[in-house]
Amino acid sequence: MNIANQNIKSANQDNAGVNLPKMPIYLDYQATTPCDPRVVEAMLPYFTEHFGNPHSRNHKYGWDAEAAVEKARAQIASIIKADEKEIIFTSGATESNNLAIKGVAHFYKDKKNHIITTNTEHKCVLDSCRHLELEGFKITYLPVQQNGLINLDELKAAITPQTMLVSIMAVNNEIGVIQPLAEIGKICREKGVFFHTDAAQAVGKIPLDVDAMKIDMLSISGHKIYGPKGIGALYIRRKPRVRLEALIHGGGQERGFRSGTLPTPLCVGLGEACAIAEKEMGAEADRLKKLQQRFLDGVRAKLDEVYLNGDAEHRIPGNLNLSFAHVEGEGLMMGIKDLCVSSGSACTSASLEPSYVLRALGVEIEMAHTSLRIGIGRFTTEQEVDYAVEHIVQAVQRLREMSPLWEMAQAGIDIKSIQWAEH
Amino acid sequence: MYSDKVVDHYENPRNVGGFAKEEAGIGTGLVGAPACGDVMKLQIKVGADGRIEDAKFKTFGCGSAIASSSLATEWVKGKTLDEAASIKNTEIAQHLALPPVKIHCSVLAEDAIKAAIKDYREKSGAGEKAAE
Repeated sequence: MNIANQNIKSANQDNAGVNLPKMPIYLDYQATTPCDPRVVEAMLPYFTEHFGNPHSRNHKYGWDAEAAVEKARAQIASIIKADEKEIIFTSGATESNNLAIKGVAHFYKDKKNHIITTNTEHKCVLDSCRHLELEGFKITYLPVQQNGLINLDELKAAITPQTMLVSIMAVNNEIGVIQPLAEIGKICREKGVFFHTDAAQAVGKIPLDVDAMKIDMLSISGHKIYGPKGIGALYIRRKPRVRLEALIHGGGQERGFRSGTLPTPLCVGLGEACAIAEKEMGAEADRLKKLQQRFLDGVRAKLDEVYLNGDAEHRIPGNLNLSFAHVEGEGLMMGIKDLCVSSGSACTSASLEPSYVLRALGVEIEMAHTSLRIGIGRFTTEQEVDYAVEHIVQAVQRLREMSPLWEMAQAGIDIKSIQWAEH
Repeated sequence: MYSDKVVDHYENPRNVGGFAKEEAGIGTGLVGAPACGDVMKLQIKVGADGRIEDAKFKTFGCGSAIASSSLATEWVKGKTLDEAASIKNTEIAQHLALPPVKIHCSVLAEDAIKAAIKDYREKSGAGEKAAE
């Protein structure tokens, strides 16, 4: 489908010229994405011959770098239908989210003190909010419904005259569900509350329009959209104007919102990544939608009791979050070591707690332990999907034969009727 | 991150399966909890000489949990009940080279052995009384 794909294929042809999937197969596109080779190509000259400081105003090296950075800014603005003056570069979506939330809170703290978010946000949003709570701000963590989406009436009811900001992610990183952004934006605008959205998982995957959706701030990540790691952006609306207190002080770059010399190659990479994504989004979404369906159909044709976590319709095509009843997620991952996926079980993490996102959906704790997140993307092939399905099915079948819970379920015993000794 | 021994037991688990619970000479231990992410069922078959002649397991859990229970079934075979009851989780953890976060898997395996023995003793004790 593109140059990058051809490169990957040719590197993995066996002697007979048959295309083999590259091992291990990467199915974790919500964690990060490989840089598109076209992005790398665009970046390279800015490491060497065009190395100038984009803030140097007195010579050609500076002007060239500045021109490249401004072109990238326009490319980023274009994918969310914003004006380039409304885009500032950051180190990534974590910084963008921190700046948006803390920046607004600190700037408007004398007027208002309440922020609304959801309990399925990325940790960097939740942790920024917790930090603000310690400073005395009031935070409402809206629950989500069983499908992972917020209830708009609950949002409306939560807004008070003290509310300054609503921060709700566009697409969830674990379950891929798409929140009703335009409806949220409309409610916020009517109530005179700023609307920030963490769009790290949404940019380049679903159409975004900051005016139509009445979004006031929007966070972007480079490495989630086939761009480089270490770069992101924040859209900050100019009309009606959103004001922020900066997190990083210094030379006053990025209109004072974010000091520090811009990393020209990374800016160029993010810009190029956005330009490619904008151009290919429609066709790519159709292709991924087919692969997603192929994956789900393939697994369900061979296995019973596979549950999709998160809404089936309001979902990006690159994500499947599946619970395989009676098979523990980490044990399952060990059986599919040629596949790079992630698990909601998090048995290896220090907490031993399963995913807070799945728990927020009301997924039973034992079901949360059985979940896998499968992320497909630009370089995923049909062949890889088929290989993955075959191996997941085999591993689940084998582990279910070994599972006392599966045995009980087959015998019609309700595992909830048993007095388990929690340890 | 997994030791070769854990991988071996995970890929070639010993003694997977089960015995009919109600059969004479069978002791069943069911430990752990689905909400914690691991459940082990370990069964022993005690022969006329009082030694464990066979053992079976089924485990819901991570690779280390599967390996710990697989190893436990290997170790209890041929042992008397008292010998089997003296198997320590630390021995299982050491044999499998379990990292600190996985020690609870070996604890569960020790608990499963003890629970199976307890179940056998209760059943056979009750059976003897009923026969009197």
